[in-house]
Amino acid sequence: MGNGIEIEKPLTAWAHAHFGAGARVEGLKRLSGGASQETWAFDVAAPGAAHALILRRAPGGVAAARSSEAVSLATEAALLGATSKAGVRVPEVLHVSAPGTALGESFVMRRVAGETLGRKILRDDEYKTARTRLTRDCGEALAGIHAIPTAGLVELPRSLGEDQITKYEAIYRGFGMPRPVLELAFAWLKANAPSPARPVLVHGDFRLGNLIVDENGLAAVLDWELAHIGDPREDIAWLCVNSWRFGHSEKRVGGFGDLPEMLDAYAAAGGARYTPAEIDWWEILGSLKWGVMCMIMYSAYKTGADPSVERAAIGRRVSENEIDLINLFEGLGRHA
Amino acid sequence: MHDAPSAKELIEAVKAFIDKTAAPQLTGHAAFHARVASNALATVLRELEIRPVAEAEEKARLDALLGTTGDSTNALNAQLCEAIRTGQMDLSTAGLLPHLKSTTIAQLSVDQPGYSGLRSAAR
Repeated sequence: MGNGIEIEKPLTAWAHAHFGAGARVEGLKRLSGGASQETWAFDVAAPGAAHALILRRAPGGVAAARSSEAVSLATEAALLGATSKAGVRVPEVLHVSAPGTALGESFVMRRVAGETLGRKILRDDEYKTARTRLTRDCGEALAGIHAIPTAGLVELPRSLGEDQITKYEAIYRGFGMPRPVLELAFAWLKANAPSPARPVLVHGDFRLGNLIVDENGLAAVLDWELAHIGDPREDIAWLCVNSWRFGHSEKRVGGFGDLPEMLDAYAAAGGARYTPAEIDWWEILGSLKWGVMCMIMYSAYKTGADPSVERAAIGRRVSENEIDLINLFEGLGRHA
Repeated sequence: MHDAPSAKELIEAVKAFIDKTAAPQLTGHAAFHARVASNALATVLRELEIRPVAEAEEKARLDALLGTTGDSTNALNAQLCEAIRTGQMDLSTAGLLPHLKSTTIAQLSVDQPGYSGLRSAAR
């Protein structure tokens, strides 16, 4: 499963059809070991031009039973097309391959140059200028995503704040491992739920790691697997969750920016006008979700599904989210 | 039962073996997992040192908060969760948030002492 030889032939056949008979596939390399999707980097040397490309493919070319949240590759490709048309910076999709074809369920997109590693983006001199622009870039990108009319979109799961509380609470209770801080977060979120916003297209995992950043700022928004119809504040707050600040806690937006500046850019680009205090509820939900996700990953060890040390050890990260939740509770009411 | 070598000494010896002998000979995924394994042993060493006192303090706070004595820490935490779930306790309950904060700081001092949120909490 997932060896390069298996896909080099159909990929070459596609390159011939798309770029002409003289096209050659070069440097095919698996990038991620992700269980959900394969990601391959490759180049096509065509007469007169070279193309840097990415293949996103279901493991072995066959979509497994998917988690209820993740959208299909074809949906992801359709979203890249729709968001690109709306002016959001995303990779251009060149080809979508259906299940059962030689290439298997997959799509090909252009490879955008830049960095995805959060620690490098926040630390390296190369991204010094980018860091001054990222806050505004992210606000504008999110406003662009949230403004896309949902009526013409490919079908997406619908998940509002209340749905997510119900879902993650059921998972948490199923583990039978009571944790008072998580319990307090569930109770507080339910007691203080904001009135729902008009549902929009939500990226669902908009944070460093899933964004390509070059020396000028945001170059592309990747990983649309968790896209859904939901509340726009979910995306804004997820970028603020301390787990995604990579040690730079003092900068609430992704470890690089201040929230008022991002909210200004978001509103100036056509998004709704939110205050930092309106993001608190969603950031608490975000930290709570990530805490439960760590418990889910640990449970793969506990049940024997994945006996690795890594899965066992991730259970000792739940407390990171607990301290983030406590810091958020202590800060409530401090923001304007 | 005797303890020569102690649990602490045995874990330190295994950790040193991973760090100094095994890990340098590994590459790729295996090298990554060796680092994770070494970190897991470091967690156990911190736990051996911190848990006895931290858990006694946690239990004393839980007894005060819940007005109980004699139950195990696990049972007390289950009771606390129930009180929070049913709305008998919330953010306005005197002593609740300070208790949770102290407990979580102790837990993180074992689990991830370098985590940024721990520094924020100490401020």
